[in-house]
Amino acid sequence: MNYMDEQFRLKVGLAEMLKGGVIMDVTNAEQAVIAEKAGAAAVMALERVPADIRKEGGVARMAPISKIREIMAAVSIPVMAKARIGHFMEADILEALKVDYIDESEVLTPADEEHHIDKRRFKTPFVCGARNLGEALRRIAEGAAMIRTKGEAGSGNIVEAVRHMRTIQKEMRQLTVLGKEELVAESKKHQAPLELVEYVAAHGKLPVPNFSAGGIATPADAALVMHLGAEAVFVGSGIFKSDDPERRAKAIVKAATYFKDPQKLLEASEELGIGMFGIDVAKLPESELLQTRGW
Amino acid sequence: MKIGVLALQGDFEAHRKALERAGAEAVEVRSAKDLEGIDGLVIPGGESTTMLKLLRAEGLFEPLAEFGRRKPILGTCAGAILLAREVQSPCQESLGLMNFTVERNAYGRQIDSRIVQLRGGEFSEPLEAVFIRAPIIRDVGPDARVLIEYNGDPVLVEQGKHMVATFHPELTADPRIHSRFLEKVRKG
Repeated sequence: MNYMDEQFRLKVGLAEMLKGGVIMDVTNAEQAVIAEKAGAAAVMALERVPADIRKEGGVARMAPISKIREIMAAVSIPVMAKARIGHFMEADILEALKVDYIDESEVLTPADEEHHIDKRRFKTPFVCGARNLGEALRRIAEGAAMIRTKGEAGSGNIVEAVRHMRTIQKEMRQLTVLGKEELVAESKKHQAPLELVEYVAAHGKLPVPNFSAGGIATPADAALVMHLGAEAVFVGSGIFKSDDPERRAKAIVKAATYFKDPQKLLEASEELGIGMFGIDVAKLPESELLQTRGW
Repeated sequence: MKIGVLALQGDFEAHRKALERAGAEAVEVRSAKDLEGIDGLVIPGGESTTMLKLLRAEGLFEPLAEFGRRKPILGTCAGAILLAREVQSPCQESLGLMNFTVERNAYGRQIDSRIVQLRGGEFSEPLEAVFIRAPIIRDVGPDARVLIEYNGDPVLVEQGKHMVATFHPELTADPRIHSRFLEKVRKG
């Protein structure tokens, strides 16, 4: 795959425009307008926020088309939507709908337990989740133009997002000090194409932007993952499961911009009301983890 | 020469690198205080609505407008929207430092984003223009000058010390747009 071809540059180009911003999960036009007014750089259209998917169970699918349309009509910022892992027909439909980005997401119930979508054949860019460097590079090899660390969606607990961001950053740094012949073995270890392993070794970063998701509930959480190397943040349940979504949304936007400025972070953290109720991820049974979906 | 890059949101990092390649020192601007001591400013691509909210919330809107009355500003995409006299689709506030109207997302959605080679005016060698959910500039006033067009619409416009592009020169290796801006800064 040619990572410099025009199609791929346009896909990565939109991800570049989202840097330093906050992408917010919304389930209807009303929430999308609140998100845009608060300064969201994009919104993610979905049927239920992850916290509700977790609570209610059942099969989580692509959002109803009428809802996505309503959201697209309501805001002027980019609109993303989620497709199930491996469900390329949902992706085809989202492309026909002209959403701006497709998230092939572990938050929805996987449609294929062996294959991810071949994202190269689409004109619409894709974002995919990853817990480690190998997973990130495999998704990029399939055509993803943006990576987000998975974290544990709907948990309101930042621990997994931190673990995944630290893992990817550490694995990238390790590659930068290795010799050429050692990279072949690393490619095997990470189960990722050699050319991508070589790219990371040479540049110390992914060939696409790396954002963070899954468990961000406060301005401090957003600032934390930005410090650890996230170039932007996705906030799912954290905003609309809090008691004052508008204020919390604004505060997280401010934190993503001023993550190096403790005074501004203090301002952002004040008078926030009550955040979403969190879950201790360590107490979740393996079967309830969303992050282990996808491979 | 020290150039600030408005770093509230967007591809400010790409601009910083492009400015450094063109031979300038680049610093990030997130507060009114950061505007002190810089010779020019770049407003990058990104989401103009996000930047606008932060400019207002952080009391940076007026200082930025005041800076623009004294010093040169280069705006790309969202930056062009913020510099316009009037913004449509939807209507939103802007700094009004340049005399043109701009329509947001005027080519359509991301699927309509494109890379084209532009020629004409002073650009005898083709200029690679990356349009991402780009706006269209309309109704350019007599005091502004169109430097290059695409499909009959102005995409690179200058007016006095300011310059805007509806595309993203910071996402290419071509230094001509940034060099031209630095030339303006040099002249003051």
